[in-house]
This record gives sequence, C-alpha cells and structure tokens, in this order.
Amino acid sequence: MARVPVADWSSDWDHLDPAWVVDPYPIWQQLRETCPVAHTTRYRGVYFPTRYGDIRDVAYDPERFSSRRVVIREGDYRVNSPPITSDPPEHRPMRMALIPPFTPQAVAKLEPQTRILCNELIDRIIGQRHCDAAVDYAQHIPVRLIAHMLGIPAEQGDQFRTWIKMALQDGITNQAALKQAEEEISAYFAEQITKRRGDGPGDDLVSFLIKARLPDGEPFSDRQVLGALRLLLVAGIDTTWSAIGSSIWHLATHPGDRERLVREPDLIPGAIEEFLRAYAPVTMAREVVEDGELGGCPMRKGEMVLLSFPSANRDPEKFSDAGEVRIDRKENPHVAFGLGIHRCIGSNLARMEMRVALEEWLKRIPDFELDSTRPMTWSEGTVRGPRLLPITIAPR
Amino acid sequence: MTTGITVRVDSDKCQGHARCSALAPELFLLDEFGNAREARSGCVPAELVDKAYMARANCPEEAIIVESEDLV
Repeated sequence: MARVPVADWSSDWDHLDPAWVVDPYPIWQQLRETCPVAHTTRYRGVYFPTRYGDIRDVAYDPERFSSRRVVIREGDYRVNSPPITSDPPEHRPMRMALIPPFTPQAVAKLEPQTRILCNELIDRIIGQRHCDAAVDYAQHIPVRLIAHMLGIPAEQGDQFRTWIKMALQDGITNQAALKQAEEEISAYFAEQITKRRGDGPGDDLVSFLIKARLPDGEPFSDRQVLGALRLLLVAGIDTTWSAIGSSIWHLATHPGDRERLVREPDLIPGAIEEFLRAYAPVTMAREVVEDGELGGCPMRKGEMVLLSFPSANRDPEKFSDAGEVRIDRKENPHVAFGLGIHRCIGSNLARMEMRVALEEWLKRIPDFELDSTRPMTWSEGTVRGPRLLPITIAPR
Repeated sequence: MTTGITVRVDSDKCQGHARCSALAPELFLLDEFGNAREARSGCVPAELVDKAYMARANCPEEAIIVESEDLV
C-alpha cells in the first residue's frame, strides 16, 4: 500500500517510509542533532525520542509511560500479552514465573541442539555458489529452536513465521491480519495445551507453563499459559532471525571484519554485542499516561512514544564512534534488549543463537560476499532485519 | 593478593542482562532468576581488576559499583 510521503522527519516521521526502512540511521542522527524528540500525527500521535538519555528515562518510568500498548499501529485493536503489556505491580509476578527457562544456565543446555540445527541448514547450502543467508539460514534457526523447546514439529516453522509477519508487520496497518494471526496462534496453542494436559506434561516449554506457579503459589490460568506462549512465539522468532541476518549482512559487506572473525573466532561474542548495538532489531513503544514533557518536548496524554533502543545505541553522547561498527569494541553497554523492568526475557537465548549461528557459519562458509545483482530487502516496523540477503560464496 | 578493590551489584538496578557474569565469571554469579550477585564477597584480586572495570563498563543498567578502599 502506497503511503503518504514524509514531509518533515521532525514533525511527520513514519517508520514505514521506504527511506527509514532501508537506512534509518542518518534520519535519526539528524534528528538527534536538531530535534531530539520528534513527533508525528500519524498513528494518532507518536513521539520519537532519539537520544540515549531520553530513551532511558522513558524505559525507567513505567508510571508515566505505560506498556499497555507496546506497538505503534493504526486502529484500535489491542493485544494483551502479559508481562510485556503489563505495568507494575501486575508485571513482576508473571515475569518472575517465566524467567527460569531463559537464564544463561538453562539456555546453555540448548546449545548442542542449536549447533546441530545450524549445521543441518549449512549442509544444504554448502557446495553452492549462491544462497540467501536470510531465507536459507537465519530465518530457520529461532523457529526450529523454539519448536524444539515447545516440543512440536520443526515443520510448523513456516506457519509460525507467517503468523508473526501478520502480527508484527502487516498488523501495523491491517487490523484484520493482526486479529487473524492472534486467533490462529491462540487456537493452535489451545490445542497444544489440551494435548499436554491429556498426555501428561513433559519437559517442554508448554508443559513448563502448565506446571509453573506464580509467586503466590497459584498456577497460571489457561488464558495466561496461552498468552505467554503467544508472546514467546512472537517475541522470539523475527527478532533473533533479524539479528543473525544483520550480522551476516555486515560480514558480507565488510570483508576485513569477516576475515578477522574467521581468524580469531574468540572475538565472536564481542562482535555479536557490537552487531546488537549497531543493528539492534527491536523497537518497542509506550503510551503516555499523563501530560508532561521529555527532553524539553511537551507530551500529551494518550499519545504513544516510539521507544527506539536502536537509536539510543547510536547516540554519540553515550558511545564513542557510535556510527561505526567496531567488532572489538571493549565498552559496550548497549540497550538492544531494552532497559529496566521489561528487559528482554529471551536475551540469553538470543545471544546463544547468534553466537552459535555465526560460529558454525564462519567455520564452514568463511568466504562470502553480498550478491549485488539480486535484490536485498529489510523488514519494516517493530523488528528490523534482512528479509532477502543474497550472497555469493567463494569456492573452497 | 588483596587489592582493597571490591565490586558490588545494586540489586535494585540489576535486570539480569548477565553481561557481568559473561565477562567476569570469577567475580559475578547469577541466581535462579538470572540476576547477578558478587562472588568472593566482592573482593577483587589483582589479576581480576581489569575484568571488574570491564564488567562495570558493559552493564546497561549501571548496576555495578567498583569501590577502592583508598578512596573511602
């Protein structure tokens, strides 16, 4: 659908504008210097702070900036997915109950399986001169791992990705797509819950949620189990796939960095932090609860705030050479996974997936570059990452 | 060798990013919810001083405090 072109980025920004989708960083940099809290009347009014300090202040103030809406969308349809859409005091009990499967200790147990599935994907690529690193590799990794965690067949992956695109990307402008995705995901998981209750719970994530207890000892209701599963699915797939894709895109366009990581694989964990900083995939939002101001900009109750962790990560006030990717950056307190009480619960899982995906890829496909004869595309909206990433592989 | 340098995690600020335990596992442990606390009662031996400062510099929540006895 053709959109009305942006007249002025400070007063009419649109994160679906093609210029923003392809390369948002120069737009943000200009705003940071000239109008650090931008605004748009699109989507019924949204503020866009671009500086690290203002973004941090929003994230740290859930009383003024509520999570009851966390995605900028046209239309009224609300998605309720606690704890990401909860504020204190309801937020904490649910979050604490969900954390155990996502600690570094728990995630480490999934690493061998992740290595296996990455190599299965590489087996199908190796020997070819051309492939698409997003379509043939990155997009399958989180889907298959989540399917493994949920105890469901990996073939469900394509269906999951379709639902997520409907919810996160199409759903910004198309309420029917969002609603349909919500209903279909819910119906699918309702069936899984019934099945686990019938067969007796196993050691998968669905069973964990059925057995989980809130801090007061109460089990989750079926509605809460369903909501948590829907959230884990939507939050855990596009995001990680995008982060892996952006990392490979960087290496496909920066041969010096690629060669260095092949030579010095011990640098990969630090490089991943830098890719997370520079190409942070996730942008959340908050609802303004009361009239006030932020960074000198007056704010009206009921409008939204785009909470751009990716822009915070590019603020030169916080990060030296913020616009440059330095894979051996030492001091990197980036906020790709958010700040404050809503810190991404899957951050440890995402980091492990990114590290294993790059380690295995570089071991077997060390020499590759972007194929500029074929189209390369980026997703738009809440999650940013390559959706088509054609590469040419050098013969070994 | 003791250095008089200690690390402390501000548990009100820590949100479980787990950067400190990744960069300095000798100095930081994680609880069952993935939140950090000090190992070795926070005492930092000479060979880990750099790691203590590195952990502080990489905490997104600024939850790590490095203290030196000399300064108190």
